Amino acid sequence: MAPIIEIKNAVKNFGSVRALRGVSLDVAVGEVVLIIGPSGSGKSTLLRCVNRLEQLDSGTILIEGQSVTDPKADIRLIREKVGMVFQSFNLFPHLSVLDNITLAPMEVLKIPKEEAQAKAKELLAKVGLSDKVGAWPEQLSGGQQQRVAIARALAMSPKVMLFDEPTSALDPEMIKEVLDVMTDLANEGMTMLVVSHEMGFARAAADRIIFMDAGQIVEEAPPETFFTSPREQRTKDFLDHIL
Amino acid sequence: MAKKESTAQQEQQEQQEKDAERATINVTDGTLIPTKKEQGALSAWNLSFFGAIALLVILPIIEPDPYLKILSFVPDGLAATFGVTLVSIVFALIIGLFAGLGRVSAKKAVNRIATIYVEVIRGIPLLVQLFYIYYALGPLLKLKGPSAAVLAMSICYGAYMAEIFRAGIQAVPKGQMEAALALGMSRSTAMRRIIIPQTIRIILPPIGNEFIALLKDSSLVSILAVSDLLRRGREYASTSFRYFESYTVVALIYLVMTLFFSRLVAIMEEKLRHYGSHN
Repeated sequence: MAPIIEIKNAVKNFGSVRALRGVSLDVAVGEVVLIIGPSGSGKSTLLRCVNRLEQLDSGTILIEGQSVTDPKADIRLIREKVGMVFQSFNLFPHLSVLDNITLAPMEVLKIPKEEAQAKAKELLAKVGLSDKVGAWPEQLSGGQQQRVAIARALAMSPKVMLFDEPTSALDPEMIKEVLDVMTDLANEGMTMLVVSHEMGFARAAADRIIFMDAGQIVEEAPPETFFTSPREQRTKDFLDHIL
Repeated sequence: MAKKESTAQQEQQEQQEKDAERATINVTDGTLIPTKKEQGALSAWNLSFFGAIALLVILPIIEPDPYLKILSFVPDGLAATFGVTLVSIVFALIIGLFAGLGRVSAKKAVNRIATIYVEVIRGIPLLVQLFYIYYALGPLLKLKGPSAAVLAMSICYGAYMAEIFRAGIQAVPKGQMEAALALGMSRSTAMRRIIIPQTIRIILPPIGNEFIALLKDSSLVSILAVSDLLRRGREYASTSFRYFESYTVVALIYLVMTLFFSRLVAIMEEKLRHYGSHN
């Protein structure tokens, strides 16, 4: 089967800073790929290029064979298939939890209100927040907000989920509740591209670990070999720092 | 590493810009907004508001001539004052919304036109604009006093409103637009459903302040043969020669009105502080 995400020679510069220097990466359907690397290695930039929150300078990205990078492409149709979860949750503060989840399905996919609300409640149950249907984002803890954000992304029935450091802004005691939801999602067969340093999640759910440094992929391997016998010296140094 | 540093610097700079923006939102002119701390019976607001009302009640009782006469003559102008203010603020809001959207537009031409409008209008005193539209363009536009007044005030305050809208839109965190786009919304849908609703909460208090400022500035239209509060006072004074008494009453009425509205704005600001808590 063709990969669901195909990234070829992705290059992205911010002024004189070379964020991505020719990154190529394929992700298969149902695969969970974890990207790790030091700050400024380009991992978040790579993720943000997949749904074109940033536009590549050169190279191509295809999702289900459709070009993301072609300027003429209708990026909205592709974004419907690609859910994204942000480090800072980015819930809409002026909308209730329920409305946060139903807004995009109703506005973008034109799903009737009752149907959208029924699905939203289902998703809230799935992330363990059935009791927060009528709550406001500011009344929730960080971990709860992030779980609502995951439900909001899932409401669009995406084929791929992007996670941009989903637990970095959370207090330690809330990290697990978010990772549990992500692990469930991985076990259900969701294709996931995750930027995170959560090694517990990597071992439990990742099929492949990508180590990035200075805008390039340095090494990739399944979690068991990646952690026990990394090939590259840079990977070893990095692992020494975080483990 | 270099990238991280540059984004950190960028973020810091953006934060500073945002802080500066918030400052401009908070420090609009208009009367001083009473804060919660000074809500005692002897607060400056209470003293001036109830003091002004007391004077407006006591003076006509002690000295019915001329105060009672002035008080029955002058308020006819209130209709004109409020009429000009309300119609102008509605047009100013409409102009301000579009000019404000133009100020944040990525389209260069739109952005340029909106910015020139704001810069030019804010650079010319309102009184000069009133003269310009009524006298200089008078033969061309053929506008009567009240229409010319409303047109000039709308154009002038539209420029200030535009800056409030711009600051409000830019005060919404960037992640909000990104989250909306990532969910497949178009830019215009995201503006309509995500950004503008949050902007309105941010800008309602400064818009209230603009309303108060406009109410005060509406006294300028008395020059264009509009029978507003100030002009009624002047008419009474020029026939009776009671200048001190007439203008004292006019000033007190303006003071009561602006203090009343500034309290309303303060209450609104308090209520808007939290999302959802009052729903």
